[in-house]
Amino acid sequence: MTKDILVKAIDVTKSFDAFKALDKVSLEVRRGEVACIVGPSGSGKSTFLRCINLLERMDEGAIWVNDELMGYRREGDNLHELADKEISRQRRRIGMVFQRFNLFPHLTAVENVMEGPIQVLGQPAAKAREDALALLARVGLSEKANHYPSELSGGQQQRVAIARAMGMQPDLILFDEPTSALDPELVSEVLDVMKDLAASGMTMIVVTHEMGFARNVANTVTFMEAGKVVETGPASEVLSAPKSARTAEFIRAVHN
Amino acid sequence: MSASTTVAADDSTKYEVAHLKLVPKRHIGRNVAAGIVILLMAALIRAFSVGQIEWSYVRDFLFAPVILQGLVNTLVMTVAAMAIGIVLGVVIAIMRISGNPVLSWIAIGYLWIFRGAPALLQLMLWFNLALIFPTLGIPGLFEFRTVDIMTPFVAAMLGLGIQQGAYTSEVVRSGLLSVDSGQYEAARTIGMTQMKMLRRIVLPQAMRVMVPPVGNEVIGMVKLTSLASVIQFSEILHNAQVIYYANTRVLELLLVASFWYLVVVSVLSVIQQRIERYYGRGSKSIRASM
Repeated sequence: MTKDILVKAIDVTKSFDAFKALDKVSLEVRRGEVACIVGPSGSGKSTFLRCINLLERMDEGAIWVNDELMGYRREGDNLHELADKEISRQRRRIGMVFQRFNLFPHLTAVENVMEGPIQVLGQPAAKAREDALALLARVGLSEKANHYPSELSGGQQQRVAIARAMGMQPDLILFDEPTSALDPELVSEVLDVMKDLAASGMTMIVVTHEMGFARNVANTVTFMEAGKVVETGPASEVLSAPKSARTAEFIRAVHN
Repeated sequence: MSASTTVAADDSTKYEVAHLKLVPKRHIGRNVAAGIVILLMAALIRAFSVGQIEWSYVRDFLFAPVILQGLVNTLVMTVAAMAIGIVLGVVIAIMRISGNPVLSWIAIGYLWIFRGAPALLQLMLWFNLALIFPTLGIPGLFEFRTVDIMTPFVAAMLGLGIQQGAYTSEVVRSGLLSVDSGQYEAARTIGMTQMKMLRRIVLPQAMRVMVPPVGNEVIGMVKLTSLASVIQFSEILHNAQVIYYANTRVLELLLVASFWYLVVVSVLSVIQQRIERYYGRGSKSIRASM
């Protein structure tokens, strides 16, 4: 595996009872790249994202992040499941931004960002607060630092959630439809923060319906349907000159 | 022509509302009901004042050292039994929702037994444990005579605490279930381990749901400790009984005990409100009512 490939997924397969959510999904994401995953709902995009950080357990296949096999320790031909502590350690390096924000409602914005660095990375509170305030400034929310999530708009909550993910200084941030739960006028403030993050060189995997974002920001676009990767390639190619008829049809439908 | 001008004149006054007065609705039924209730209350108060109650006994024993000692014992027992109940409740609830089927079934069995048997019966079981286990301990290491260990205090504390654990575990479990699954996921994605996630993210949020019923249980426990009088633990009701066995002033001393129960429960209610407010931080509905 070459040094600049950060995420490598091979034949990831996952079923929920009889429903095959993922069927041999393979994907590579290079360091510093933005990879968008698009496709109709139920196509397995979110499930795939959640396999990367082990929120879902895959049935078959394997995922490496930063050259480390996720969730297992290989000994010969045996894969041993990692202990809770080891899995937590692997997750630290992978941020995640959810569709429903999932901020901690009993903590203020700045406390949400500080929680991981203090509790998981063991940073001193003063440094964690300083860093957290800097991150909130970066997402344009300095003046909301001491507000509780319930006092923030959806767009503001999502920006805090992005700052929370960044606070762990991850190698990679996963975005699971980050703008789908937002009122239309709040979408752009979140996308702007994501663009800024992409420009700073953060590796991002973004499940989204925002074709404009995919076109302008993504390096690669992957189209998934029915648990399979239908097409993957450079953003301009997949979006402007799709090889598959299904991809073309989907892109046309989303645009109208 | 003239008709249309009168309509126009009517309309112009009809929509002038600045000088109109609001006449409140009369609540005749409500007033009558209130009057009747006040009369009944007055009759009740009169009945007590002319009844054969020697109020001087109530006054004299209200602050009697035996009564106050009983009150202290009641409070100590409440705290001890509730502490056991809460610790067991959290442990049992976590066992119940853990993926481990053995732990989960043990938790269900615990709930079935200790919620199923009456509290009074459980107290008597613990108190009489010596009948089946004359000694307690680990053979070879240490051993005690059960009657030396199972004092009324210990028997009451175990009996009340363990049955309370069953009730509290259900409160804790409902609290844990009330926390959105997205919170568990968010905690995991910042790399928290199970225990840290429970302690830092899940339990603080579950507390908001748990505090009102646990407050209820604490108040229930204050009164439940009176059961320990049956196994000779000298809590307030027991001590009141000891006095009225001697002076036959039964009702007076029961009133003394009632007075102290009411005082304790009132204080606890105020404390509960404070705690609810603390755990309600970040929640809009609570803050709006503050």
